[in-house]
Amino acid sequence: MSMKIDLGRVYGPSEDVVVREIEGEIVIVPLVSGIGDLEDELFTLNETGRAIWSRIDGRRPLAAVVRELAGEYNAPDGIIQEDVVGLLQELLDRRMIVDRG
Amino acid sequence: MTGPGKPYVRKVPSGRDGMWASAGPPLARLDIELTERCNNDCVHCSVNLPAGDAAARAREWPAASWKGLLGEAAELGCLVVRLTGGEPLVREDFEEIYLHARRLGMRVMLFTNATLVTERLARLFRDVPPLEAVEVSVYGMAAETYEAVTRAPGSFAAFRRGLGLLGDQGVPFVVKGAVLPSTRREMDELEAWSARITGSPARPSSAMLFDLRSRRDGAKNPLIAGLRIGGDEFVRIARRHGEAAVDEWRDFCARSGGPRGDRLFTCLASGGSASVDPYGRLQYCLGLRHPDTVTDLAAGSLREAVTGFLPRVRAMRSTNPAYLERCGRCFLKGLCEQCPAKSWAEYGTLDTPVEYFCGVAHAQAIAAGLLEPGEKAWAVVDGKERVERVERRRGS
Ligand code: SF4
Ligand code: SF4
Repeated sequence: MSMKIDLGRVYGPSEDVVVREIEGEIVIVPLVSGIGDLEDELFTLNETGRAIWSRIDGRRPLAAVVRELAGEYNAPDGIIQEDVVGLLQELLDRRMIVDRG
Repeated sequence: MTGPGKPYVRKVPSGRDGMWASAGPPLARLDIELTERCNNDCVHCSVNLPAGDAAARAREWPAASWKGLLGEAAELGCLVVRLTGGEPLVREDFEEIYLHARRLGMRVMLFTNATLVTERLARLFRDVPPLEAVEVSVYGMAAETYEAVTRAPGSFAAFRRGLGLLGDQGVPFVVKGAVLPSTRREMDELEAWSARITGSPARPSSAMLFDLRSRRDGAKNPLIAGLRIGGDEFVRIARRHGEAAVDEWRDFCARSGGPRGDRLFTCLASGGSASVDPYGRLQYCLGLRHPDTVTDLAAGSLREAVTGFLPRVRAMRSTNPAYLERCGRCFLKGLCEQCPAKSWAEYGTLDTPVEYFCGVAHAQAIAAGLLEPGEKAWAVVDGKERVERVERRRGS
């Protein structure tokens, strides 16, 4: 049963992956086994994912990240929240981020 | 936000098309020859020094230098590092270097004979996988044939044990053969066994056209040359499973673009890969040790070597009339093994047509219907037209 993303909690990159920025792409490289389905699989984020990723620093609750992005993109909190929760849920399901409390 | 929504995370098999929106990083792959030493002494090997060679060992870069270099490579965007040798596992600090590469977010291609795989190492590969199948060279299907190649008593048992340990831990590996006098009769057995142990129907590749010593320490060259198969034998082996290989040769010629002209390097695209020898010298590729194509990394950064030195090497031109008249005009470029590394090992130059590889390529071309017996490829005025004509004839 996968855990659900909670806006009140703090999330940060997992030590099970190495996250690299190469040529403007965020590349997520599994470090331990069981992250990808295939032996040579790497992961990248789409444009929306990239914009959110840089703020997932393991220090602020997610709600603060949503507010910051809403201000920056001049968009309603609800739309931003949908993307932030969507991305983090994918990352959490893949063990690429961890709940830091 | 106005950008695209789900899925936010995209899987990309590394190294395949579509990884980069831009041209890609300055360095995609780094080949590291961790040592020239090896615990085997294979009859055909173009690299190996004895595992206990103290002088070679003393000159090898320590782990700290490799870790520094890997850090530089990561900054250049490198995602794949190949660790090879010699036998890379003769180095006691192999694990340290391996883990450093993985923690920098690189995939590791390991080329090994598997004789030195320990339970501890197999567990490490299980827990921190290389993200690439380990590539294991196989020198025979029985102790007698295997050790006729490796000249190392006990190496067959050690290899089987090492492979077993990888298998026990579920570490993906592929096997690669070598067509040598003692192993030639075992090709079918190797293929059937490979399918069984790897669970993959893909036939293992087999080294067939052996290079002379890349250090040009020539004493062993007559032995290696004596193991080489001729062009007709090469064609016969390639045809073991039907005409697919021969059809592919025609395809190579059709797709290989025009002749080389005076260009020396038509391989390895810019921003592709670089190689480093055990002593910290950057080479254009693993076998090419001609002094004009090697730079000492102690004297400069990897970035400078990759973005300054290698492009200058890549731009080098030939003025050798023999090369210009033959290879420069030859339409078998896509088939022939001729390249500066082969010319270096064979003759100590960058651009002497290598008669052995020339002969093999001509035999392939005759088999593919691209040349008549006795015809010289460089004398064909319009190679493109020749390939198209043969393909049309076959299609009709
Ligand atoms: S195992 Fe590989 S490196 Fe070692 S001697 Fe044989 S071919 Fe050379
Ligand atoms: S077949 Fe001969 S002439 Fe043609 S590229 Fe090879 S070595 Fe050169």
